[in-house]
Amino acid sequence: MSDDLNDGFDLNVLREMFKAEAYELVAELESALLALDQSPQDKDLIGRVFRALHTIKGSGGACGFEDISNFAHEVEAVYDAIRNDQLAVTKEIINATLAARDQITALFNRHYNLGDAQDDATEQVAVQLRRFLPAGYVGKSKKPKPAPPVVVVPEVRMQATYRIRFRPAHNIFQLGTDPGRVLEELRGLGSCKIVAQLNEIPGLDGLEAEQCYVYWDIILTTDRGLDAIKDVFIFVEDVSEVKIEQFDVDALLSGGEEAQRLGDILVERGDLRPEDIKGLNVGQKKIGEVLVEKGLVQHDQVETALTEQQHVRELRRERQKTEEMSSIRVASPKLDKLVDLVGELVTVQARLSQASLIANDGTFISIAEEVERLTAELRDNTMSIRMLPIGTIFNKFKRVARDLSQNLGKAVELVMEGTETELDKTVIEKLHDPLVHLIRNCIDHGIEMPGDRVAAGKPRHGTIHLSAVHSGAHVLITISDDGGGMNTDSIRKKALEKELITPEDSLSEKELFSLVLLPGFSTASQVTDVSGRGVGMDVVKQAIDALRGTIDIESTRGAGTTITLSLPLTLAIIDGFLTKIGGGYFVFPLSLVDECVELKASEERSASGRTLLPVRGELVPYILLRDRFAVEGARPPIEQVVIVKVDALRVGFVVDHIVGGHQTVIKSLGKMYKGVEGLSGATILGDGSVALILDVPKLVQGVEREETGIA
Amino acid sequence: MAVTETMTTQYLTFKLSDEVYALDIGKVREVLDFTTVTKVPRTPDFMRGVINLRGSVVPVVDLRLKFGLTMTEKTVNTCVIITEVTVDDDTTILGALADSVQEVIELDAASISAPPRIGTKLRTEFIKGMGKRDDRFIIILDVDRVFSADELALVQAGETAASAS
Repeated sequence: MSDDLNDGFDLNVLREMFKAEAYELVAELESALLALDQSPQDKDLIGRVFRALHTIKGSGGACGFEDISNFAHEVEAVYDAIRNDQLAVTKEIINATLAARDQITALFNRHYNLGDAQDDATEQVAVQLRRFLPAGYVGKSKKPKPAPPVVVVPEVRMQATYRIRFRPAHNIFQLGTDPGRVLEELRGLGSCKIVAQLNEIPGLDGLEAEQCYVYWDIILTTDRGLDAIKDVFIFVEDVSEVKIEQFDVDALLSGGEEAQRLGDILVERGDLRPEDIKGLNVGQKKIGEVLVEKGLVQHDQVETALTEQQHVRELRRERQKTEEMSSIRVASPKLDKLVDLVGELVTVQARLSQASLIANDGTFISIAEEVERLTAELRDNTMSIRMLPIGTIFNKFKRVARDLSQNLGKAVELVMEGTETELDKTVIEKLHDPLVHLIRNCIDHGIEMPGDRVAAGKPRHGTIHLSAVHSGAHVLITISDDGGGMNTDSIRKKALEKELITPEDSLSEKELFSLVLLPGFSTASQVTDVSGRGVGMDVVKQAIDALRGTIDIESTRGAGTTITLSLPLTLAIIDGFLTKIGGGYFVFPLSLVDECVELKASEERSASGRTLLPVRGELVPYILLRDRFAVEGARPPIEQVVIVKVDALRVGFVVDHIVGGHQTVIKSLGKMYKGVEGLSGATILGDGSVALILDVPKLVQGVEREETGIA
Repeated sequence: MAVTETMTTQYLTFKLSDEVYALDIGKVREVLDFTTVTKVPRTPDFMRGVINLRGSVVPVVDLRLKFGLTMTEKTVNTCVIITEVTVDDDTTILGALADSVQEVIELDAASISAPPRIGTKLRTEFIKGMGKRDDRFIIILDVDRVFSADELALVQAGETAASAS
């Protein structure tokens, strides 16, 4: 490495601090590049790419990562040329820059001991990029100066708000000037509101069509300064009355809660005398109406004042928004600890509530209830801290989709919706791989080649919709393509081949689709470089199962496939359904529970050993949990069957009693019980005893396996 | 060598049946009265289940069953020794059932001899050494080995055995 550390300690601290930012910068670079790919002319985007590179160069240099700094400088040179219109953005340049981005990531990884980077690969990319530069191009300075450790921030100028009254001379049109253009220019300066004042337009008899009777009141917020505004009026100054007045919007913004009152604005603008407003009996009417009625002000002036009021309100809202968005970075273990503690608090609170009910003391009960409310609020708030918008991973898929469709020669557009939907951080992290796989599947197997699509009467471009939406305590993530859809015949054939089904089995379309999720199932006739790289749909299924989610597949031949993932908002606390067998408590995830029915001993006996229960004409197989878990004791005469839904299959679980809904704080069973089948964790009940959380899909799978094994 | 000879270590002694065992005190977190244990289904008998330790779920192992004795009966003296076990470089918390907890003693390295090859009914690898005190032998357990990854595999093997029956 190129860095000899004399004052190694400080540099290391700096590097650690820079770490998270470094990866954010790389991500920002990527998203800017992908956006630029869509609209190569956009100056702002070019600026974004340039700034990201520049910051990587500067901060990288400050941390002593000279290789990164030098390399970023090379890339930056290309965008410098683009910025100066010496070079146009092409697909090739973007491809090369994306490769450069990957190389920068690799270099960062190497510095943070997270991976390795190939220096010759870096050099290759650099050479490739240099080729784009115009022959005589001279960069700013060949050798980058080690930038100061302060990150380069685009200069922020102070915003100011101005009241402008623009009253052109009546004969302004004859002088060849268009006031409309002046107003247009003002709009370009910043957030601007224009109110036309029509009160000086004479009646029809006195009207001359070529005269301008209108004047304008303008409220403008800009960071360009007074001179810029004066420049706009430079050609009309002589023939117009222009009044520019800055007003102290800051005081208003930071001041009271409410926007300034209308009357005050009118007085401040000089449209109204202060003494007029005194003693004014407003009553029920709006002050503006009253003033106009009394002839104290013109209707248009009220309009202006109202606009100004609204403008200030908008400014205030905008400012609040930026203030709200300010955030702090917290190490995630601290957050995990907090979630743990809140989980424990929820448990203790349940005990407190129970104790208060037993004690039957009014004061005690009301305190317990208050604690319950506070705990619930605290829990929701704590959980929300861990929530991240799902857009953070969605954005990464743009790159995946772009690279892959180029490789395969397909035209694919990735459309994303609901990127602001929030999900637990852990869930989001674990979602990345399955989603990448699903998107790859869509592009590789779903979307057809452009030629075939046109022949089938579809647009050349395939579209993949990626959307996320909240639905109760779950988030639904949908990946849908308008490709070829799934071929039920070939799925059936394949399943027969693999002996997953027998020829006699009649399966619904849905059941056929869910076969794809079984291990060792892949219908792609040839294993491509893309999918089939070890991660099959069964791995996707496993990952989603681990998150306590479900997968639903719908497909129409020729029209496309839709895969819906339903995921819990959080992993730490679930809505549970508490049941009892013998002396032990068991929790079902409430989201899986369909209904409960009774099972009388007499009914079962008459069923002569088979474990099927008629529920409204439908036969539902059931599992005796007491037998399966070898719980000691006799079965009660009337048992309860909890019917759950697992992958479109309804299965009953026989338990002794149903206790009811339970806020379940999930605790791990620990390493010693890792791999215990049919249980996903434990939770602590109000009385301090431990209840076990059932892993329903695994239980069903286990029984299925055993029964088919015996048969 | 001279250093190790003078080094003493504290041990917590406890009884299983009539035999006295000892654990390195550094491995012991606390000792609890025997409370209700929730059995985890489809696991071997020596895994007695889980208990609630101030909000954490902690597994409890019946050492008597583990060492080939009969199941621990609940008496006034029965205790759960909460230990910190290192399994595969991970520290986990685990409870061990003991008929009674005796005392904390100090033993210097000189009074600890190598475990005998035969004669203890215990697998030799579970034993760190044999301590001697007042003419009585104390079996010093290597708690990490007792609950090592191999033993963990036994939990899973036991599970499949249970499901086959």
